[in-house]
Amino acid sequence: MSAAPVRVFVPRDAAARSLGADAVARAVEAEAARRGTPVTVVRNGSRGMLWLEPLVEVETAAGRVGYGPVRAADVPGLLAQGMLTGGTHPLRIGRPEAHPFLARQQRLVFARCGVTDPLDLAAYEAHGGLAGLRAALGRSGAQVVEEVTTSGLRGRGGAGFPTGIKWKTVLDTPATQKYVVCNADEGDSGTFSDRMVMEGDPYLLLEGMAIAGVALGATVGWIYLRSEYPDAERVLTEAIARARAAGLLGPRVLGSDRAFDVELRRGAGAYVCGEETALLESLEGKRGIVRYRPPVPAVAGLWGKPTALNNVVTLASVPWILAHGGAAYRALGTGRSRGTLPFQLAGNVKHGGLVEAPFGLTLRQLIEDFGGGTRSGLPVKAVQVGGPLGAYLPEADLDVPLDYEALTTKDAILGHGGVVVFDETCDMAALARYAMEFCAIESCGKCTPCRIGSTRGVEVIDRIVAGTQRAKNVALLEDLCETLTHASLCALGGLTPLPVRSALKHFPEDFGLERAVAARPGAGRP
Amino acid sequence: MTPTAPPALPPDALAAVERALEAHRGRPGALLPILHAVQDALGYVPPDALPTIAHALNLSRADVHGVVTFYHDFRDAPPGRHVVKLCRAEACQAVGSDELVRDVCARFGTELGHTRADGAVTLEPVYCLGNCALGPSAMVDGELRGRVTASGLAAELPDVPAAPPGGAS
Ligand SMILES: Cc1cc2nc3c(=O)[nH]c(=O)nc-3n(C[C@H](O)[C@H](O)[C@H](O)COP(=O)(O)O)c2cc1C
Ligand code: SF4
Ligand code: FES
Repeated sequence: MSAAPVRVFVPRDAAARSLGADAVARAVEAEAARRGTPVTVVRNGSRGMLWLEPLVEVETAAGRVGYGPVRAADVPGLLAQGMLTGGTHPLRIGRPEAHPFLARQQRLVFARCGVTDPLDLAAYEAHGGLAGLRAALGRSGAQVVEEVTTSGLRGRGGAGFPTGIKWKTVLDTPATQKYVVCNADEGDSGTFSDRMVMEGDPYLLLEGMAIAGVALGATVGWIYLRSEYPDAERVLTEAIARARAAGLLGPRVLGSDRAFDVELRRGAGAYVCGEETALLESLEGKRGIVRYRPPVPAVAGLWGKPTALNNVVTLASVPWILAHGGAAYRALGTGRSRGTLPFQLAGNVKHGGLVEAPFGLTLRQLIEDFGGGTRSGLPVKAVQVGGPLGAYLPEADLDVPLDYEALTTKDAILGHGGVVVFDETCDMAALARYAMEFCAIESCGKCTPCRIGSTRGVEVIDRIVAGTQRAKNVALLEDLCETLTHASLCALGGLTPLPVRSALKHFPEDFGLERAVAARPGAGRP
Repeated sequence: MTPTAPPALPPDALAAVERALEAHRGRPGALLPILHAVQDALGYVPPDALPTIAHALNLSRADVHGVVTFYHDFRDAPPGRHVVKLCRAEACQAVGSDELVRDVCARFGTELGHTRADGAVTLEPVYCLGNCALGPSAMVDGELRGRVTASGLAAELPDVPAAPPGGAS
C-alpha cells in the first residue's frame, strides 16, 4: 500500500495543549499506526474556536474536516468511524471555515492562524506571507509610513494611538541608531490575541517588524515577551532562527541592501512592564519604573534612541496593509476606528475564543451571537472590556458598538480588545476590591496614590461591604478614585478607578448599598 | 557578612551563575537574561549570587537587589519539587478560580506564595496566563492547564501527598 499519508492537524497552541492536544497528537499517531494507515500529524496554530479545543482537522479530498473537542480517549473511536476520510461522528464539526463562529468573521491578521504549520516558512509564503515586506522593500520609508497612515491603523496595545504618526516621528528623528520594539507583554486578563499570533503565525509578527525596520531605518528589533508565555517563547525562538537562515532577517533582508534582525527578551512577571516606558527600562536591564514623558519613545526610547514601540497585533496588521493598500484597510470599520480588531471572548462564556471583525460589532452580538451566552447558562450580569483597567458594563449597556470612541461615551475603554463575561453569581464589590488590590500589587511605585492609595482603596471597600460608616467610606472611595485619576503618571493608577467606579455605579447592591446611595454620596447613613 | 567575605554559594550554584554570566554578560541590558538563566538552572536566584552578578556587570549590589525584588518572577529560595501557579485574574474569577484557589490550598496544605514544609510543592499566584476562555487556568511545572479542578491537579501530581490534617505550613 503506497497511499500518501493523510495529513491530520492537531494544534500546538498553548490553549489547545492546556486541554491535552499533545496526548491527542500522540494518540492519533499511535492509533493510525496500529490500523496501518499512514498519517502525517501537523501541529498547526489554533483557529480560535477555543471551546472546541483540541480541534483536530483531517485533510480530505473534499477539504479539511474538523472534529472537536477531542480527548485522547476519543481517538480510537474516531478512527474506527472513519475520521481519516472525514467520516461522521458526534464530534464532527464539518469544514472549519464554514462554522458560524468563523464564517462570520473577517480575518486579516488571523487569516493563516490555525491553517498552517506556524514554523513552515514555505507555507507562510504560499498563503500570502512576505507580500507586504516585498512591497515595503520596493518603496521609500516615507511611502511606507504614508501607507500605514492612510490605513488609519491605531495601536492595538490599548491606547489606540495612530501608528502612522508614531512611525513618522521615528522616521523624522535623525539618529545613528533606531530601534523597533514589539510589546508582547500582553498582561490584560481576558486577552490572548498576541499569544495566538506568536504561537500560530510567528512569521507575520517578524514580517511586520521587518517592515517597520526597513521603513524607519532601524536595524535592530526587540520582542519583549511576558514570561507567562513559554510556548510563544519556544515558537518565536525557532521562527527567528529559521527566518535568519532563510534571509528574511539578517544583513540583507530578502536579498535587499537593508539589514534587520530581531532579538527576543523575556519579561519577569510585572504587569506594569507592558507600559511602554517601563518596558524600555526593563529591556535596559533595570526595574520597570515608568518614565516621565516627554520625550516620547519615538524620539528617545531604548537607550535614548528613536524607537518604534508597538503591540504585537499592531505590527501583525502592517503586512496586510502593505500588501493590499491602506485604503482597503481603511474601508473596514467605523468612525475613527478603522480596520479589524481581534476581539477576545473570555470568562464565563459558552463559546470563548478569538473573533476578528471590523470595529462596530456590538458587545451583545459578540457575547450572544458568537459566544452563545454564559458557560454556566445563567444570565449575564456584567462584562469587563479592556482588561483589568477596563470598566464593568451592565447587561443594559451591551448594545454599545465596539469602537474606541463609542466605549468612551460609556466611561469605558476598548483596550486590547478583551471581553470578559460574568454571570449573575459574581460579586461586583469583590471585583472592585480586586482591581484595587491588583493596582497595589503591580504598581511601579513612582506615584503615591497608586502605590499607597490602592491599598487604602482595598480597606475602604472592605469597610463599605462590612457596613462601617458606609456613606463616609463611599465618599472616601470617590475621593481616592479622583486622586488616582488625576495624580497618576500612567494608566495603571490612572484607570484603576474605571473598574472600581463602574462596579459601584452599576451594582451598588453588591456593596450593601441601595441604588440611590452610590449616586448620592452622603445619603443613606447606616 | 563583611563586604569582603566570599559569597557562600555551593559549587553547583556558583557554576550555574558563572555559566549565566558567561552566556549573557556581553549583551546589552544583560541583567534580566542573567537572572532568568540562573533561575532556569537553579529554580531560584540565590541572594548570595547577587554580589557576583553585580561585580560582573559593574553594578552596585543595591542595583541588582532592586531589580531582583522588583520582578515577581524571581524567587529567593528554592521552590518545591513541583511549582503550581494559579491564575487569580478576572476571566478566571468569572469561572470560579477563587474557589479553586481555596480548594487547592486546602488539599495541598499550603498557601499561595508558599512552599510546603516537606518541599513537595510551591503554590504561586499568577495574573493571567492567556488562557482566559478555558479557565480556571494554571501552570504546572511550566505547562499550561485549562479548566482546572483541584481533584484534577491532585491526580496530575500523585507524588504530592494530600496535606497532613490541619498542617498548613
Ligand atoms: C499598565 C500598562 C500596561 C500595558 N500593557 C500593555 C501590554 O501588555 N501590551 C501592549 O501592547 N501595550 C500595553 N500597554 C500600552 C503601552 O504603554 C503602549 O501604549 C503600546 O504598547 C504602544 O503600542 P501600540 O501603539 O501598537 O498599541 C500598557 C499600558 C499600561 C499603562
Ligand atoms: S500610576 Fe502607578 S504604575 Fe503608573 S507610574 Fe505611577 S506608580 Fe507607577
Ligand atoms: S485570566 Fe486566567 S488565564 Fe487569563
